[in-house]
Amino acid sequence: MKKIFARAISAVLVTQTVLLASSCGKEKDPSEYPVPELVGTTINVFNWGENISDGSDDSLDINAEFEEKYGITVNYTNYDSNEIMYTKLKSGAVSYDIIIPSDYMIERLINEDMLKKIDMSKIPNYKNIDDKYKNMYFDPNNEYSVPYTVGMVGLIYNKTMVKEKPDSWSVMWDEKYKDNILTFNNPRDSFAIAQLLLGQDLNSTDKADWNAAKDKLLEQNKVLQGRVMDEVYNKMEGENAAIAPYYAGDFLTMKENNDDLEFVYPKEGVNIFVDSMCVPSSCQNYEAALLYINFMLEPEIGLANAEYICYASPNTTVVNNEEYSLKDSEILYPSEENMPKVQYFHDLDPEIRSYYESLWEEVVRG
Amino acid sequence: MTESVPKRHPRTTLGTVILNAPYTLWAAVFIVVPLAIVAYYAFTDVNGAFTLENIKALGDYKETFIISIWYSLIATAITLILAYPFAFFMSRAKVSRQKFMMMLVMLPMWMNLLIRTYSWMLILEKNGIINNLLGMVGIDEIKMIGTPGAVILGMVYNYLPYMILPIYTVMSKIDPSLYEAAEDLGCGTWQKLRRVVLPLSLPGVISGITMVFVPSISTFYISYKLGGGKVQLIGDAIERQIQSAGNYNLGSSLSLILMVFILISLAVMNKFSDNDGGIVV
Repeated sequence: MKKIFARAISAVLVTQTVLLASSCGKEKDPSEYPVPELVGTTINVFNWGENISDGSDDSLDINAEFEEKYGITVNYTNYDSNEIMYTKLKSGAVSYDIIIPSDYMIERLINEDMLKKIDMSKIPNYKNIDDKYKNMYFDPNNEYSVPYTVGMVGLIYNKTMVKEKPDSWSVMWDEKYKDNILTFNNPRDSFAIAQLLLGQDLNSTDKADWNAAKDKLLEQNKVLQGRVMDEVYNKMEGENAAIAPYYAGDFLTMKENNDDLEFVYPKEGVNIFVDSMCVPSSCQNYEAALLYINFMLEPEIGLANAEYICYASPNTTVVNNEEYSLKDSEILYPSEENMPKVQYFHDLDPEIRSYYESLWEEVVRG
Repeated sequence: MTESVPKRHPRTTLGTVILNAPYTLWAAVFIVVPLAIVAYYAFTDVNGAFTLENIKALGDYKETFIISIWYSLIATAITLILAYPFAFFMSRAKVSRQKFMMMLVMLPMWMNLLIRTYSWMLILEKNGIINNLLGMVGIDEIKMIGTPGAVILGMVYNYLPYMILPIYTVMSKIDPSLYEAAEDLGCGTWQKLRRVVLPLSLPGVISGITMVFVPSISTFYISYKLGGGKVQLIGDAIERQIQSAGNYNLGSSLSLILMVFILISLAVMNKFSDNDGGIVV
């Protein structure tokens, strides 16, 4: 419930700040802004839900800061999954200047010619990005994407309900926790857990592998309480379920509200992802989009964002900042010996994609 | 009907055409064209070539359809049982009280459907309000969220006003002198209900059934939230195909078949309505 209120309130705040910012803009002369010719324009930013410091809970309202600094209005909207973002973008009914998809989706968007190259000479702050997250497989020459957050999937459990500390994904099939287990309500993340347990490659192109993973998921239906995405916050914080896989950063948010929650990276390994800022080819305000990307990499903006979102930051000025409260978090930045085995998702060819989608239909029909 | 009172049927003149033009245009652009697009997608593949594959794929959804129809029938029956007596007492209450009761019916509708459904989630949760109350009196917790019962409850709660309002409207139009006449002719309470109220309220009942059944069968958000992603209705399958799987073709064929079901149910209800009711579509 808190989440809902937070969202409602932040929505109100955002609209208010937009109104305020635009009215202030009129009083200030365009020449007082760093880029006078862009003053009064708008950029459309399409981001994951809960994925920016938005002024709630005394945080910094980054979009409002940007508007104040540049006099450019930010039209900010949310999506719940890479696939939903993709279908919206593909439909052509909308035009965005900034999107923040994950690795495998970036690979797909590049393959389908849906991204514009980013002029890195206009992103001086790109030097702040950790070298680890440069030249990634989905963008080998750093032309299309600028990393925004990094994360891993892990297992969240409530220590009052789960007695012995789990170390394997197999606990999500354990009869002992029948009706207390949640899982992802999207095919790729859900399949990944079964695939890891079966020791498969997450990007297998062998249909037999996907079939085996499907059977594993069908078996799980018996013990499952439900399939969720962001509902997981209420369910885990309110002790309505004992076990759920979710993104590490979100666990830290849940932990603040319920101290009995614990987190592990299961021994079979986990999915790692990099969400990066990209500019769709249908972009209408390219120059402003570059300003926005650069702005996000500013040390103080990056810090506010990292503190709020709680995901790991690819920004070295954040990670090395003494004030950063999550700097030493073993969950976000595991040391060498605690680092789980990780696998990235890759874009799969359309045949495998529609194959696993049809298997997913079988799984959810039960 | 048209044969017996032909004069009341307005002649089509230029004036009526012009006056109707905005609506006709609206209906064409926002109803007919989208339906045509749905039909087009349902019978084509990703490359736009004609195919029956999407229709064949519907076979996999047989159980989903059966469950959807079954749950919406149950939900409709429950709303009818709850709404009928309420509408009757409401129509016979004092005017001031009628207004108050009307407000009670409408009040939940002032809130957004999403928030109403989310609230039910918190009430029915494993650790929710009901289970907490049961716990206090020493009763074991009941599993409610993620069950078909929760989904049906959600439908009944959300669609109940659509059943009460048409029945109430029809009942409040029944001339009180008819009750007196029935009493004069020796009807007891039961007979009065069966022979006067029931037949005269039937058109309201039929429009209520339609107005509850149609949204119930195409429900999606409620079933996902209260069914915990485990109860799959046809609306959920359509949403998933269109939103996440990006398969507009299968999504459209599912929608098309759903529309066929709705049309059939409307045709059936129209048969019952006997042409003199206040309904329908």
